[in-house]
Amino acid sequence: MIPLLGIPPQVLFGQLLLGLINGAFYAMLSLGLAVIFGLLNIINFAHGALYMMGAFAAWLMLDHLGIGYWPALILSPLLIGAFGVILEKTFLHRIYKLDHLYGLLLTFGLALIIEGLFRNYYGVSGQAYDAVPDLLKGGNNLGFMFLPTYRGWVVVASLIICFGTWFAIERTKLGSYLRAATENPKLVQAFGINVPRMITLTYGFGVALAAMAGVLAAPIYHVSPLMGSDIIIVVFAVVVIGGMGSIVGAVISGFGLGIIEGMTKVFYPEASNTVIFVVMAIVLLVKPAGLFGKAA
Amino acid sequence: MSSVHIPSAAVAPGSNGNLAKVGVAALFVLALVAPFGLYPIFLMKALCFALFAAAFNLLLGYGGLLSFGHAAFFGGAAYIAAHTVKVWGFPPELGIIAGTAFAALLGVVFGWLAIRRQGIYFAMVTLALSQMLYFVALEAKFTHGEDGIQAVPRGHFLGFLDLGDTYSMYYFVLAICVLAFWLIYRTIHSPFGQVLKAIRENEPRAISLGYRVDQYKLLAFTLSAALAGLAGSTKAIVFQLASLTDVDWRMSGQVVLMTLVGGVGTVFGPVVGAFILVTMENYLAEFGSWVTVIQGAIFVVCVLTFRKGVVGEIAALVRRGKGEQPSEGGGHH
Repeated sequence: MIPLLGIPPQVLFGQLLLGLINGAFYAMLSLGLAVIFGLLNIINFAHGALYMMGAFAAWLMLDHLGIGYWPALILSPLLIGAFGVILEKTFLHRIYKLDHLYGLLLTFGLALIIEGLFRNYYGVSGQAYDAVPDLLKGGNNLGFMFLPTYRGWVVVASLIICFGTWFAIERTKLGSYLRAATENPKLVQAFGINVPRMITLTYGFGVALAAMAGVLAAPIYHVSPLMGSDIIIVVFAVVVIGGMGSIVGAVISGFGLGIIEGMTKVFYPEASNTVIFVVMAIVLLVKPAGLFGKAA
Repeated sequence: MSSVHIPSAAVAPGSNGNLAKVGVAALFVLALVAPFGLYPIFLMKALCFALFAAAFNLLLGYGGLLSFGHAAFFGGAAYIAAHTVKVWGFPPELGIIAGTAFAALLGVVFGWLAIRRQGIYFAMVTLALSQMLYFVALEAKFTHGEDGIQAVPRGHFLGFLDLGDTYSMYYFVLAICVLAFWLIYRTIHSPFGQVLKAIRENEPRAISLGYRVDQYKLLAFTLSAALAGLAGSTKAIVFQLASLTDVDWRMSGQVVLMTLVGGVGTVFGPVVGAFILVTMENYLAEFGSWVTVIQGAIFVVCVLTFRKGVVGEIAALVRRGKGEQPSEGGGHH
């Protein structure tokens, strides 16, 4: 094929794919953040740490119990989601009446504790998770590029998860309760719906999303205690860019920024780490409320 | 509600008149003799962090703005100070001024961007911007990546005072801190500081009274950034090192923690908090990453039960002892 702008197409599409995959994780994580923020009004700083726990849970299950990828993809989110429920019950529910900033500080503290504990036991170097099922091994030659099956699966799985979440919140009865409680918790409570339990479960669900992203990430990135904090700050920038107004917004900005990051790696690799922050700065200048956000 | 409400103890020493003056004098004397009883390097570290936390508190405690990216100013200034002194041969005082000026400039840019959003978004924007600086520091040539800028010469202050001598260095650091604390104190108690508090308490009202809120916020942000830079540059000269640790997001978290432990919105809180955390770090150094776990636990405990911090709680006790009504969120100066 003809090189495009002096870049061989294999390189271009390869980076595009990497960007899509990063974007898939940004989308899943910012989606979880948005769901939690909607009802709890808390920016969950521990989201990265819980994503890391999801990956570790999969790795530990394989290492100690011989549990493979598919069961781990279900069990790990359930387990970590339950852990999230405990976190909400023991810590978070005490601070809803306080300023939102305390939620950030509290979850920051939780993130430090979780990350510190994992660093104590597993060091900072990563563990390889190689339990990819046969179905997802290998790859396909698409003519213009080679597509490893697992990477394609991650993008597809992420889209399924995002669509499922969108459907559950926007199109189901339970989701309508959730949206109502986001608007006016007191009124919803008056209709006999157990709002505190809904809040707890919402947090658990958001955490489970993070954990599921962690399991998906485990075979691609090394399972390391630092993998959460590395990604969460970028996800924060994604959230600032997209605004937390809508689920669709979180997904679009997640994938979009992943692709922008991937393309930057092709054309100007030095800036690939900073490009998302630069985009954030530009968005703040042009549209301070974020691309999909409501004006404050 | 757009602005952030910090339930500050808002205890200025001014409100307790003479008692506070005696306290300040006693502290000053203590600081003068301290290096003869305590390890001077430890004291200098604590002083630098006390200044850093006080600078941060100026923004959070009085402006109600939670910056989660103050490591950018602290660490960025440390790099500039270290580079100008080591490579360009600046004397230490010029290196510190260069670092501080850089932090102020960075503060203008970051502040200008960040004040477009409020509350947690403000915190996230500052965190993201400082992470951007982290990546720049990671990749730029002059910062030497993982190694950082090492073996920065301490040099001679104004050409004659050898800062290689630990005691000279200590008094040099002490002088910088005292000057900076005085500046912070004056700022808090100036009309500017009062307007800042008004914005913290009720931003729409401050706007309706005709204050250009954004200008006040930006000025406060820049001042806070510059002072954080002063702390970072001084630290770089004392420890002869500027490294990635200084610009890491954990450093931003640490200064938040110091202020929270000591007491948000109190004059002495950040100093007390800095001393507590630096002491803790000193004794826990052998436990490696347990320090992170313990710091996280302190965060959690502080947010759940101890939001006024050490100084804030003491001040509340004193006031209760005097039979005054505890005032939440409002200073009475």
